[in-house]
Amino acid sequence: MEKTIELINTRIRDGNARAIRADQMPDIVDELGVEGALREVDVVTTGTFGAMCSSGAFFNFGHSDPPIRMEKVWMNEVEAYAGIAAVDAYLGATQKSETQGISYGGAHVLEDLVAGNSVRLRAQSRGTDCYPRKTLEIDLTLEDMNQATMVNPRNSYQSYVAASNTSDRTLHTYMGTLLPNAGNVSYSGAGCLSPIPNDPGLRTIGSGVPIFLCGAEGMIIGEGTQASPGNGFGTLMTTGDMNDMSTDFLRAATFKGYNSTLYVGLGVPIPVLDEEVVRQTAVRDEDLKTTIADYGVSNRNRPDLREVTYAELKSGLVEMDGEEVKTSSLSSYKKALEVADELKSWVEGGRMQLALPTRRINTEKTARPMRDRARAPQVRDIMNTSLVTISEDEKIQTAAKRLLRGEINHLPVLDDTNRLVGIVTTFDIAKAVASNGKGGTVRDIMTKRVVYTSPAEAVDVATRKLEMNNISALPVVDENGKLAGILSAINLGKLFERGWKR
Amino acid sequence: MKLLVTFSRKGGKQPLIAQTVKDTGVLINVERAFIESNEGEVLIDVPDEDTEIISAAMEKAGARVKKIEDSVIRDESECVNCGACISVCPQDVLSFDETWTLCIDSSKCVLCGKCVEACPHQALSLLP
Ligand code: SF4
Ligand code: SF4
Repeated sequence: MEKTIELINTRIRDGNARAIRADQMPDIVDELGVEGALREVDVVTTGTFGAMCSSGAFFNFGHSDPPIRMEKVWMNEVEAYAGIAAVDAYLGATQKSETQGISYGGAHVLEDLVAGNSVRLRAQSRGTDCYPRKTLEIDLTLEDMNQATMVNPRNSYQSYVAASNTSDRTLHTYMGTLLPNAGNVSYSGAGCLSPIPNDPGLRTIGSGVPIFLCGAEGMIIGEGTQASPGNGFGTLMTTGDMNDMSTDFLRAATFKGYNSTLYVGLGVPIPVLDEEVVRQTAVRDEDLKTTIADYGVSNRNRPDLREVTYAELKSGLVEMDGEEVKTSSLSSYKKALEVADELKSWVEGGRMQLALPTRRINTEKTARPMRDRARAPQVRDIMNTSLVTISEDEKIQTAAKRLLRGEINHLPVLDDTNRLVGIVTTFDIAKAVASNGKGGTVRDIMTKRVVYTSPAEAVDVATRKLEMNNISALPVVDENGKLAGILSAINLGKLFERGWKR
Repeated sequence: MKLLVTFSRKGGKQPLIAQTVKDTGVLINVERAFIESNEGEVLIDVPDEDTEIISAAMEKAGARVKKIEDSVIRDESECVNCGACISVCPQDVLSFDETWTLCIDSSKCVLCGKCVEACPHQALSLLP
């Protein structure tokens, strides 16, 4: 048996359609079997409510008299992108206020507008023959604008990597507060209630499909940015009219030490067309896996600590290294359930018609990291390896001679096990001579707290060390603690002279 | 029952807690203390039935005593019941009930403030 979308839509119009929330589908299938569920259920409603940074809205403010071509636009002192037509702008959720910082961002402006509050619009222009006005400042509400169209480049992640932190300090991240020594685990997503896990093949989720977006009837534009359905991280680009939205399903938030973001309530109604749809929507939290990554490592490729299911994450405790660790969700499951319930009432109340994708999303696609056109230059590429060193027991005079002979300004000081213990510069020697202390040993005049670099460190990072410490050379110490070379401002100069090539 | 005791040492440096324990014979559990040169704030835990005796003894010694019942305050209009605050609490004060609604068991709270910082919706505050 198969059902057409027309049949389902007719049932919805007649008020006879039966909708089921996705989390209840597994039990229904257990009870009625796949065929029975296909007969009984017309639509499965999904829902999620979580932080979706990649959100924002296009506005058209209407023309003022005299007209202005807005070159720069601020809404409640949060800058919106105005590099489009004269009175259009796009406000992103994570843009921070120029006066209040991250405690009030684009997301807060969006929430204020949806709440019915007025927002101060400020615009600047250089003035042209056709648009003479140079500045404008006015309070506007949603009603005053021609359009306020939410367009979210990336919403509704299929699943999201959970976070923990094995470092020894508390981290404030976009995954919330991560306690030191793997003290907690933070995750996001509604698991079996989320849209894409109920249709990982993206047969019913795609361009043109009507959805629930922040309380409004919105639409899927297509694949979201960074979509990677090929490895389980599909995303959606969505749109909806802000005039129909409600603050019950759209909330601004600020992650301490990170940024502002928007909590978006989103649900996709999935038409139950055939047995395949029934099987997919019968997914349980136990079947949905993600990993817990270590945010204590600040690398693009964060190491995984373990694999975990949404069932474990939602239970509130997961085991890590033999210990029970508490979990926190950033997204709200309670709100996700409300989204799916609301969508169910839209379908059963005949308020919404469904549609199949007008264009399918490519499910094979995987997102790539940024292509490194050239490996960033490392210290080992430019350091000086012909080393002139000295030991800490030698006379200052010996150090002076060695500096002169090598025509250098920095002399690394080694102990008897060849470990770096200090550095002596021509300046240190001049100082010693000036104060008549030239009879002493290198140990007396060397700088003991040496700032150093390593062969694999990026030149950018080493340069920053030179600048921050106001010094002109860095000893290079390898992973075994041995002196491998020295990096001086002269080496850097050479790098820039010849231009970095692959 | 938890009590928040604030005192100043203008009137000499008597050992407030030790003295109270000695006078009342009630054992006091100190959960947190900020003590500066001449003033201090201490959070103590005492058996419920002894709350009155302890309060009276400390007040007599010049301290101010406040009973901590609802130490963490949740602004229901801001809270979205995400649960971001749950795992950062060292005392298991916060949890979900079976409807995924946040529950607060203030009796265990030590007023550390971690949950307040962790809430993305700025919905939590500590008792003023
Ligand atoms: S203040 Fe500290 S102890 Fe109290 S609920 Fe918040 S995190 Fe827990
Ligand atoms: S973190 Fe804030 S919004 Fe989330 S459940 Fe806790 S109090 Fe509510």
